[in-house]
Amino acid sequence: MDATTWVAKRTKPNWLARLFDYKPFLIAVCLAPALGLLLVFLTYPLGLGIYLAFTDTEIGGNGSWVGLENFIALAEDPIFINSVWNTMFYTIVATLGKFVLGLWLALLLNQHIPFKSVLRAIILLPYIVPTVLSAIAFWWIYDPQFSIISYVLVDQLHIMDHYIDFLGTPWAARWSLIVANIWRGIPFVAITLLAGLQTISPSLYEAALLDGASPWQQFRHITSPLLMPILAIVMTFSVLFTFTDFQLVYAITRGGPLNATHLMATLAFQRGIPGAQLGEGAAIAVAMIPFLIFATLFSYYALGRRKWQQGSSDE
Amino acid sequence: MNKTADDAPVTEAEGPQLLSWDSLPRRIVTVYVPLVCFLIILLFPFYWMGVTTFKPNSELLNYKDNNPFWITNPTLANINKLLFETDYPRWLVTTMGVAIGSTILSLVSSVLAAYAIQRLRFRGSDYVGLAIYAAYLVPPSILFIPLAQVVFQFGLFDTPFALILTYPTFLVPFCTWLLIGYFKSIPYELEECALIDGASRLQILRRITLPLAVPGLISAGIFAFTLSWNEFIYALAFISSTENKTVPVAILTELVQGDIYHWGSLMAGALLGSLPVAIFYMFFVEYYVSSLTGAVKE
Repeated sequence: MDATTWVAKRTKPNWLARLFDYKPFLIAVCLAPALGLLLVFLTYPLGLGIYLAFTDTEIGGNGSWVGLENFIALAEDPIFINSVWNTMFYTIVATLGKFVLGLWLALLLNQHIPFKSVLRAIILLPYIVPTVLSAIAFWWIYDPQFSIISYVLVDQLHIMDHYIDFLGTPWAARWSLIVANIWRGIPFVAITLLAGLQTISPSLYEAALLDGASPWQQFRHITSPLLMPILAIVMTFSVLFTFTDFQLVYAITRGGPLNATHLMATLAFQRGIPGAQLGEGAAIAVAMIPFLIFATLFSYYALGRRKWQQGSSDE
Repeated sequence: MNKTADDAPVTEAEGPQLLSWDSLPRRIVTVYVPLVCFLIILLFPFYWMGVTTFKPNSELLNYKDNNPFWITNPTLANINKLLFETDYPRWLVTTMGVAIGSTILSLVSSVLAAYAIQRLRFRGSDYVGLAIYAAYLVPPSILFIPLAQVVFQFGLFDTPFALILTYPTFLVPFCTWLLIGYFKSIPYELEECALIDGASRLQILRRITLPLAVPGLISAGIFAFTLSWNEFIYALAFISSTENKTVPVAILTELVQGDIYHWGSLMAGALLGSLPVAIFYMFFVEYYVSSLTGAVKE
C-alpha cells in the first residue's frame, strides 16, 4: 500500500513541474532572457545601424533612404580619411607596443620571484580602474604647463630646455594617446600570456638546458611555438578593442587638436550624437565592420584549430 | 668543455630556479630592474592621482618652490568640494545601482543560457553557444548610434534603465562563456544520480549545479560589475541630465568646465571613482585573474 502511493506521487507531479521538466520548454525558457536581451539590444541595433548608414536620419526625426550618399560624402571628407589612418596607425603601433612589453612582463613574472601573486594583483590595476578615470590622470600628466614628465625632463634632468606640448600638436598628441593605450593594455596582455606560459611544462626547459640551449634558443623554440595559440586569441581581442577604442581619445583629446587625433569611433560619436547626424555617424561605424569581420574570422580559425568552442570536445 | 660538466652539479644543488646562466647579479639586471621599472610606470598615474587629490592649489600649480612629487600641506579641500558642492554622491549611487542592476540581470540570464547550452544539450546548442560568443565580438563603438535610437523608441532615454538593459549586451556573452566552462567542469554523473532519484531539472539546477558553480558565479559577477562600472560610451550617449550620469561620464562632462581645469577636484573624482572597483577587486583578485585567463585559455 505504502509503495503504491509513493509511486503515484512520483509519477504525478503538478502540471507546472511537469511543464518545466519538458525539455524543449525548459530549453526555451532558459535561453529566452539571454537571447531576448541580445536580439533586442544587439542584433536589432546592428541591423538598424546598417540601415541608418544608408539614410539621412537626424536625432528626433525619421530620415529617408539616400543610398550610398553618406559613404560617398565620407570618402571625400579629409577628416574621415584622416581618422581611418589614425585608427590603423593607433591600432598597429599600440598593439605592437602592448605585446612586446606585455610579453616581456609576462616572461619576467614567470621567473621565480618573491610575492608573485601580490605583484600580479598590482599589475592588473590599470586594467581594473575605469579607463576614463585613468585617462583623466594621463590628461593631467600631459598638461602643457604642469606636466610632471616635462618637469622631470626640464627642471630635474635638464635634458630639454622647454616644456613639451603633449597634446597641442598632432603627432605629439597621437604618440601621447598611444602611450596611454599601451599603459592600459600591458596588464591584460601580460596576465593572459603569463597564464599561457604557466601551461608550458618545465620539463621541456630542463631538456633544452641539458641539450645546451641558450635562453634565446629556449624562447625561440619552446616558448614561442607553445604560446602562439593563446597569443593569437589575446591578439585578436586586443586588436578588436584597440581598433574600436573610444574612451581614451574622447577623454584626453576629444579628437583635437583640429580633428587630428580622431579615431573612427570618436568621429562617429561626434557626428552622430552631439552633431545629431545619426545617419552619417552610423555610416562611419559601419565602415569599421569590414575590419572587425576580418579580426573575427581570424579569431574563429585560431580558436577552431584548438577545438576551443564548447561542446566540440564531446563529439 | 670540462667546465660545463663541473658546473652542472652545482646548479643542480641550488635548485631548479637557479639555472647555470642565471647568477644573482645577472638576475638583478635582467629580472628585478625591469620589473621595478614596469611597476613604477604602471602605478605612477595612480600615485599622481592620489598626490594631486590631497594637494592644495598653491602647491599644485607651483613646481618651483615645492617638490611636486610630495605634499607639504595635505588638504581635504578637493574632496570636500567634490562631495558637497557637486552631485558626486548622487553619481556614485547611480553608478552603483546601474552596475548592480545590470550585473544581476546578466548573471541570471547567463546562468540559464549556459545551463541550457551545456547541460540540457539540444540539437544546435553548439551553434547557439557560438552565436552568443560572437556577440562578444561586436564592440559597443559600432552599436551606440542605433542603440541610441532603440533606447529612444522604448522611452528609456535618460533613465538608468537605458544602461541596465544595454550593458548585458557585452556582459551576457562573456558571463555565459565563462559559466559554460564552469558547468563543463562539474561531473555530469552528479546530475544523472539526481535525475534517477526523481529530481526535476530545475531542482537539479538549484540544488546541485549552482552550488558547485559558485566560484564561476563569483568570477562572472565581479567581472560584470567592474565592466559595468567602467562602461563609458553608452552612458555618454544615452544619458543627458546631470543627475542621471554615471561617475566616469559625469567627471568628464560636469567637472570639466571652461578652459581652467580644477585638477585637484578632477583627480579627487577619478580617485574616488576608482576606489570602489579597486577595493572590490582586491577582495576577489584570484577569481578575477582566473576568469580573465580562463576566458582566453579555454
